[in-house]
Amino acid sequence: MDGTAPGGPALNGAESTTPPAPAASSGMPAMHGLAGLLLLADSRLPAGGHAHSGGAEEACRTGAISGPEDLARFLRGRLATAGRVAAALAWSACAAAHAPKFPDIDPDIESPTDSAPTADAGAAWRLLDAEADARIASPAQRLASRTQGRLLIRTARRIWPAPVLTGLARALPDGAHHPIALGAAAHAAGCTPEQAAMAAAYTSVTGAATAAVRLLGLDPVTVHHVLAGLPYDSVIAEQHDWSALPAHAAPALDLLAEQHLRTEVRLFVS
Amino acid sequence: MSANHDDHHDAPDGHGRALRLGIGGPVGSGKTALTAALCRSLGPSLRLGVVTNDIYTTEDADFLRRAGVIDPDRIMAVQTGCCPHTAIRDDIAANIDAVETLEERFGPLDLVIVESGGDNLTATFSRGLADRQIFVLDVSGGDKVPRKGGPGVTSADLLVVNKTDLAPMVGADLTVMSRDAAAVRDGKPVLFTSIREDRGAHSVAEWVAGVVGSWQHEHGTPHSHSYLA
Repeated sequence: MDGTAPGGPALNGAESTTPPAPAASSGMPAMHGLAGLLLLADSRLPAGGHAHSGGAEEACRTGAISGPEDLARFLRGRLATAGRVAAALAWSACAAAHAPKFPDIDPDIESPTDSAPTADAGAAWRLLDAEADARIASPAQRLASRTQGRLLIRTARRIWPAPVLTGLARALPDGAHHPIALGAAAHAAGCTPEQAAMAAAYTSVTGAATAAVRLLGLDPVTVHHVLAGLPYDSVIAEQHDWSALPAHAAPALDLLAEQHLRTEVRLFVS
Repeated sequence: MSANHDDHHDAPDGHGRALRLGIGGPVGSGKTALTAALCRSLGPSLRLGVVTNDIYTTEDADFLRRAGVIDPDRIMAVQTGCCPHTAIRDDIAANIDAVETLEERFGPLDLVIVESGGDNLTATFSRGLADRQIFVLDVSGGDKVPRKGGPGVTSADLLVVNKTDLAPMVGADLTVMSRDAAAVRDGKPVLFTSIREDRGAHSVAEWVAGVVGSWQHEHGTPHSHSYLA
């Protein structure tokens, strides 16, 4: 175990079941968790995100994105589908890291090699990860999501050492899906589930936007104007039932991801 | 690809793990040729792994595999999203992941070479990724390059000036390059090579072997999984 987590999450089997401090107790409710949110959402976070385009590279190559208007449509669609699902998963992961108890766990999912008291937490992480798996149709996108999740957990564990991240890394050694890693990291960074969801929604479009700037030489200010106008709040909602998490598919993104893996010349991982 | 073990927590102190050697430099200066040469010279005596940072696709990794100087499975390619310097300096996560995956699969290793994508004179490796670094120039870029300096030329542990066989053809004065490099490098070594003529880059290989020896003397001989927390 490396350090202690704020809020005493149940995920590491710790005895404390104290919920996170209410925002009001800081005296500055609006600021609670904001520093963690800014660090997590910053494209300079050294967690490998700079090399992922979220399908934008393939869309640029095929001509589906050729200018700011195309890019704006692409980003709106990405936010409404992949972004909405990622936000819900991140919300759930962050809330689970806070919560003293997990939803009922299917015993079939539990790993027989785990020992109490971490078995429940590990099984819960794998269950939420399976919910993410079920919502990402493209194997290429699942691979990209797990790769980014693994790198984010590695980075977050050194920035915000917390038993909850150690538990997640142990439960899913090949990497949790990125939104789940983001939700757990957000908890370790002192964020609320809403902030975790905002980070997921925001980063679901910023990588693609930056990739288009690099690949097409678009005016970066124009692209940031587009980013500033996207309806992030509209894809963020409380989640209380993992089986009812949103599952908005984007077949075009799935196809772009699959084509991208088969393209010989590519600059981005995904 | 993944480092698939129980508790993956990077330990930056380097105890008991392979030396990580960064090889950087401008496009076309001979980074991949040097990597291949080091594999040729050091492969018989050291346990090696190689990570390439290709600008496009897997060109450099494919070159090394075709060269037959190292088991192809011991080469991993990292993609850098148009920014090769970002992947070796500002956000090294994917490279660390690749290095540790090699150590996990084939470890213990003595030396992991991380070859950067071709970049400019300001590109250097993060100390979080490379324990030592070589910067590779070639004479055809002009004999003024060492004088211009830049972090790669001034701070690399070893500066290699490659393609000396071309010097007469491009009018490059090796004496000038040597003098200028010495002036900006504060005594750190400079080696001149022609990898086309010396397929093993023996002078560079000798320097690397010495660095690996010192590293192991200081941090212990690498042993399995020792870099895990």
